[in-house]
Amino acid sequence: MILKGKAHIFGNNINTDDIIAAKYLDSQDEKFLGSKCMENIQPDFVKKVTPGDIIVAGNNFGSGSSREHAPVSIKGCGVTAVIASSFARIFFRNAINRGLPILEIRETADIAQNDMLEIDLSKGIIKNLTKGREYRAQSFPVFLQDIVKAQGLTSWVKLKEGKRNEGAKD
Amino acid sequence: MGLTIVEKILLRASMQKSLGDFVYTKVDFCFGNDITAPLAVKEFCKVGFDSVFDTKKIGFICDHFLPARDLKAANNVKVLQSFARQYRIKNFFDINRCGVEHIFLLEQALVRPGCLVVGADSHTCTLGAIGAAAFGVGSTDLAVAMKEGKCWFKVPRTLKFIYKGKLKKWVGGKDLILHTIGTIGVDGALYKVMEFGGPLVKTLGMDDRLTMTNMAVEAGAKTGVVEPDAVTFSYLKKITHNALRVTDAMKRLKSDKDAVYEQVIEIDVTKLEPVVSCPHLPSNTKPVSALAGVKIDQVVIGSCTNGRITDLRIAAAILKGKKVKKGLRVVVLPATPQISLQAEKEGLMRVFVEAGCMVCPPTCGPCLGGHMGILDKGEVALATTNRNFVGRMGHPESFVYLSSPAVAASSALKGRITHPEEIN
Repeated sequence: MILKGKAHIFGNNINTDDIIAAKYLDSQDEKFLGSKCMENIQPDFVKKVTPGDIIVAGNNFGSGSSREHAPVSIKGCGVTAVIASSFARIFFRNAINRGLPILEIRETADIAQNDMLEIDLSKGIIKNLTKGREYRAQSFPVFLQDIVKAQGLTSWVKLKEGKRNEGAKD
Repeated sequence: MGLTIVEKILLRASMQKSLGDFVYTKVDFCFGNDITAPLAVKEFCKVGFDSVFDTKKIGFICDHFLPARDLKAANNVKVLQSFARQYRIKNFFDINRCGVEHIFLLEQALVRPGCLVVGADSHTCTLGAIGAAAFGVGSTDLAVAMKEGKCWFKVPRTLKFIYKGKLKKWVGGKDLILHTIGTIGVDGALYKVMEFGGPLVKTLGMDDRLTMTNMAVEAGAKTGVVEPDAVTFSYLKKITHNALRVTDAMKRLKSDKDAVYEQVIEIDVTKLEPVVSCPHLPSNTKPVSALAGVKIDQVVIGSCTNGRITDLRIAAAILKGKKVKKGLRVVVLPATPQISLQAEKEGLMRVFVEAGCMVCPPTCGPCLGGHMGILDKGEVALATTNRNFVGRMGHPESFVYLSSPAVAASSALKGRITHPEEIN
């Protein structure tokens, strides 16, 4: 799968309160949560996003609370992937479980605001079309690749359940 | 090769001979709250799950926006209530019998030493203080845990923290953990377990230990853990009114002497002063004396970090017979009804009210900018809570400092950040 969009740059330690403020957590609506994405730290962020855009951040992206509303909000505002130097652990698992593509690369500082990026998700290769450079993301362990391939944890469980039932029929 | 406590619990739960890099394993208990569980329920229903793994091993604890702050909050509780009825989930707690989840679950004896527990709340790591492997997860994780009774984990490495020396007066668990986070940074323990040990931790009461494991997530950790001991067992017996039966397996639960740690970090606390975290990161720590004079508009005493009886006793001892600074707002939130009742029995509630504090019901409330004490533009709070991110307690241009209950109560009297020794 190929994703293409312009980069939006964020710094280190972007926490889940930054991504979606707690006052909105009583909603589970992707569009509403998307409309409030990054409101506390960049009030005009949502207006700048064209569907298909990509967030690029430094270390520890998604730190803080366990709110899965954070990846839901990111997807809801039209962003299709997050690239960071490292991810906080609950955000990491929420993104995998929700089917939001995330990629870890060291060279995040090489990417500038509005650089056009092209991501080959199956190969984990990110092309910076503006700068003519290429970055290779760390590949996920096989266990996680299976969840990503199933496009999220619940579909992975459903797939496993289906296989179990088939086995039972035999 | 020896194992750590958390490795032992993962091994037992996964029924494997040895641990690989990942496990998809049974959990002993799973829970969520009124903001994370509705999203789990939505996902559960959307994918067409139609049964739960065990009606007694799922908990819904309504503590964040409760008592319902508005229609949406009320509706979320209703969603959980009707789901719990449909699937006969036993442990649904509305405000008629509830409290801040990580303390309330201990009082209900729903989480025990040796348990593998997942909670859709990042401060689930608090429960590690009793020797449980307690991991914060997301709503989809909770949906799957409710259905399958299972969760996936990357098997974590462990950092061991050994505290040495003697604590000065006014220095406690909150100062130790803030100092530790200040030392290693907000991603200093990313994906790892923080095991707190050494002779000093043995001398700490459970309320201090719970404060330390509570904030492990603020250093990026997967969880925090303390070996259970006699202090743990007598505390649990007391707060559960003997509902928790201490087993030999619980008593044996220790990290092996030859357990493998990624790093052992020794911290000498002899010279440590009370610590305050400055806006906008918990790792932005300074000794309280370096901040003397910072003016504050609000003080919050409570939360899963510092809303237990010991915290309230410390604050009340400082406030007794005195008045909070004119114009300053002070909000006190006991973590559970049982703690409120104990505070009432000991006369602490009267101390707070007479000093000019507002005592609120047990709720997460202002800690996450939910309700009961939201900050306006430019306002400054000193809170015993756990996060001081941009906009955490309200307006994006408000400021939160984090401290112990002793520093918070002392500062409440002066209207500025104050070392407790200035009062006493």
